[in-house]
Amino acid sequence: MHTKSLTELAHGLRSGEFSSVELTQHFLKRIQQHQDLNAYITVTEEIALQNAIAADTQLANGQVAALTGIPIAQKDIFCTLDIKTSCGSKMLDNFIAPYNATVIEKFNQAGAVLLGKLNMDEFAMGSSNETSYYGAVKNPWNVNTVPGGSSGGSGAAVAARLAACATGTDTGGSIRQPAAHCGITGLKPTYGRVSRYGMIAYASSLDQGGPMARSAEDAAILLQTMAGFDPKDSTSVDLIVPDYSAGLNNSLAGLKIGLPKEFFSNDLNSDMAATLETAINEYRKLGAEIKEVSMPNLKLAIPAYYVIAPAECSANLSRFDGVRFGYRCENPVDLTDLYTRSRGEGFGKEVKRRILMGTYALSTGYYDAYYVKAQKIRRLISDDFKNALTEVDVIMGPVTPTPAFGIGEKIADPIKMYLSDIYTIAINLAGLPALSIPAGFINGLPVGLQIIGNYFTEDRLLNIAHQYQQVTDWHQHTPKGFE
Amino acid sequence: MEWETVIGLEIHTQLATQSKIFSGASTAYGAEPNTQACAVDLGLPGVLPVLNEEAVRLAVIFGMAIEANIEPYSVFARKNYFYPDLPKGYQISQMDHPIVGQGHLDIEVDGETKRIGITRAHLEEDAGKSLHESFHGLTGIDLNRAGTPLLEIVSEPDMRSAKEAVAYMRKLHELVRYLGICDGNMQEGSFRCDANVSVRPKGQQAFGTRAEIKNINSFKFVEKAINHEIERQIELIENGGKVVQETRLYDSVKDETRSMRSKEEANDYRYFPDPDLLPVLIDESFKSQIKASLPELPQAKKHRFKTDYQLDDESATILTTSRPLADYFESTLKTSKSEPKLCANWITGDLSAALNKAGLEITDSPISDERLAGLLTRISDNTISGKIAKQVFDLLWQSIATADEIIAEQGLKQITDTGAIEAIIDKIIADNQGQVEQYRSGKDKVFAFFVGQVMKEMKGKANPAEVNKLLKTKLQA
Repeated sequence: MHTKSLTELAHGLRSGEFSSVELTQHFLKRIQQHQDLNAYITVTEEIALQNAIAADTQLANGQVAALTGIPIAQKDIFCTLDIKTSCGSKMLDNFIAPYNATVIEKFNQAGAVLLGKLNMDEFAMGSSNETSYYGAVKNPWNVNTVPGGSSGGSGAAVAARLAACATGTDTGGSIRQPAAHCGITGLKPTYGRVSRYGMIAYASSLDQGGPMARSAEDAAILLQTMAGFDPKDSTSVDLIVPDYSAGLNNSLAGLKIGLPKEFFSNDLNSDMAATLETAINEYRKLGAEIKEVSMPNLKLAIPAYYVIAPAECSANLSRFDGVRFGYRCENPVDLTDLYTRSRGEGFGKEVKRRILMGTYALSTGYYDAYYVKAQKIRRLISDDFKNALTEVDVIMGPVTPTPAFGIGEKIADPIKMYLSDIYTIAINLAGLPALSIPAGFINGLPVGLQIIGNYFTEDRLLNIAHQYQQVTDWHQHTPKGFE
Repeated sequence: MEWETVIGLEIHTQLATQSKIFSGASTAYGAEPNTQACAVDLGLPGVLPVLNEEAVRLAVIFGMAIEANIEPYSVFARKNYFYPDLPKGYQISQMDHPIVGQGHLDIEVDGETKRIGITRAHLEEDAGKSLHESFHGLTGIDLNRAGTPLLEIVSEPDMRSAKEAVAYMRKLHELVRYLGICDGNMQEGSFRCDANVSVRPKGQQAFGTRAEIKNINSFKFVEKAINHEIERQIELIENGGKVVQETRLYDSVKDETRSMRSKEEANDYRYFPDPDLLPVLIDESFKSQIKASLPELPQAKKHRFKTDYQLDDESATILTTSRPLADYFESTLKTSKSEPKLCANWITGDLSAALNKAGLEITDSPISDERLAGLLTRISDNTISGKIAKQVFDLLWQSIATADEIIAEQGLKQITDTGAIEAIIDKIIADNQGQVEQYRSGKDKVFAFFVGQVMKEMKGKANPAEVNKLLKTKLQA
């Protein structure tokens, strides 16, 4: 059952081939069998079975919604009513959310079964899932390597078939990079496409939730559920949500693909370059035209990001002060002690590093040199993409510089770690939609192809990904031991 | 040395919206602690602010009333600092792009009009309250107030005395209530003031170092706090000391200000645009809609009262201090069809005195505009004399009867029947021959005696003009 696509699962449930309870129990069993991956922070077994029983009743009554009875898992960054929502941090280890994120509400309305909450880098700050308070997640393709991050639990869970599909969030690559490392399909929608209400903020102007799934076809179904204007999120956009599945089979004849020369410079590892070249050739065969484009400011993306994101996070994380919820130090002697020890003990190293960087960047005397400058660069990078996207329909490139790296390999060197997002970060700065699809393997580890589109063209991106998945089977490979 | 004081005020007005500036929770005052704080007000993980359009509307109304630029583009920023009653660890405020730009307000001090510049007014959210009592050495937090919309109105350093500062504050207080954008309740903290005070040798251009006195919540305290601070600064300088830039707190019990924190200890608020909120764009149609609904402002109303009703400056000023009072005057005038001056005199005179004595506002007046109009009508048509009118007024205050009912019941109708008056005059002349002789021999003063006698006899109800006329004729006969 765990190898089926969402469409097949929905069909199986509706035709009575299996019940939601059976399906849910099956996934719960797999989750238990593969606990070693550490993909889940919380398994909501009881809730899952309740959801499944309710779904079976609905299925029997013919009251079916898009995901009725399908077991999915949520990144532990989305607030879930009465369920622990930790955001991968000791700070929120005791936090039972008193409300549902809008995305969670939408999944509930769509009839999904909640298997649990997925592991992630602490407060979504990391590229390897190693900053999680709950420990590193292992990559099912090679348990000595990282699954990527911050949505590492989501990547591993979907790759290992521990959930039919999952959600992720992407601030600088946190959906696409783990999708690439885990050999799944992950889409970061246009900023504003998916509500951020109830999604614990890391960097508000960059954060965006999106689907992580086995295929573009599944991702389209998930995005259909997640997308849409939310009056509770002022930055969500009031635009009609198209039918993301409707255009999946459109032809790619005449599609103009741009390859930024900055993405394919000598810095790119030759194995990666060769794999991507093969993938791009498939598109040629599908009728696409390939064109080189240039985005001269891309090299500034990482420094700009590491000013803007920490600046926003330094304020976003101020609410974790030990006063109203979350971790509080023992026996504080006064207010300063309460603050310093609660935050000092509750936050991990990487989170503290970014709070410090952001605080510094916003300080009097540094604000113009860092924050204002970074915002200007952000504008330049957006303009680069806008210009390129007047010449071509989409931009393609790598998702990561290398396949999944080893656990422990980069965690001691933040700069090295930050550079693993070098191909994804600029897209968040520009607010564009982008997805990662499996495009081959190097030494048994998956490689992702990144497809970047214009604002609100998720339907086109999914179509382009789906067409590739019709002529390749990279997305159908399953890691050994998880078949 | 002669010193000059320089004062600028920052006034926080709570805007009279139903719900908070970024959440749907109620802003009503006085609820049980933390019962009016929703997930957004508590700053729970994942929540997001959504701007209350009404707060924007009220800010724009204020901007128009002080003839300020309404900025077409304004931005909310985060002001970062830690405090237990600040749930998010930052306050959403406006920094570089406030909603209301440069404007002004005219004040009057000692008969002189002075224009006070208003630098800006910006929207922000209020914090909660820390409760230090009754928690046995611990501090309680009440977040009911967290997220209440505030308009912070920042003046130019244009005031030169505590008196001017108070006049400005009063004028502003009057204005925001006039506009209906703030209830002005100072006890409940709806209208709070921070004062920036410095002194400099008279004639010097450069400003002295200023101290900021925080959170003064009455007109009386503002005056006292500023005067105390001026004295402190002058004394300090004259004794060879130096004023340091700092925040001071006014202690109303001890009547002194004391240092809260110095400039060095001040927070670096690290303002930056709030990425959760879009810039506020105000277009012409939004502005013209508001302009059309704008009430007549005190200044314009005063001018109109002077020209249309021929009122003197003092009456017009008093009648336009509040909208309810001005409305009361106009509706009384309209119903009574009396002379505006008469109407104004009764309202600024007897009625105001009675209200003051009872500690009531015009809106709580026991005599409605309609009932006062009934009285004025009867004065105007000579049914009663001014003197009798005062009696009727007292009875109006004490009862719910109309003026006509009181006049009829008490038999206070003025006697204009010349026959009745003549009969009385004849009797008085007959009984007081000695005085008649005096009058006829040229002692004009005796005339008043006769008037008094007639009035006494007629219990004050005789028409005085008629009495005068008839007496004169009869005495000269």
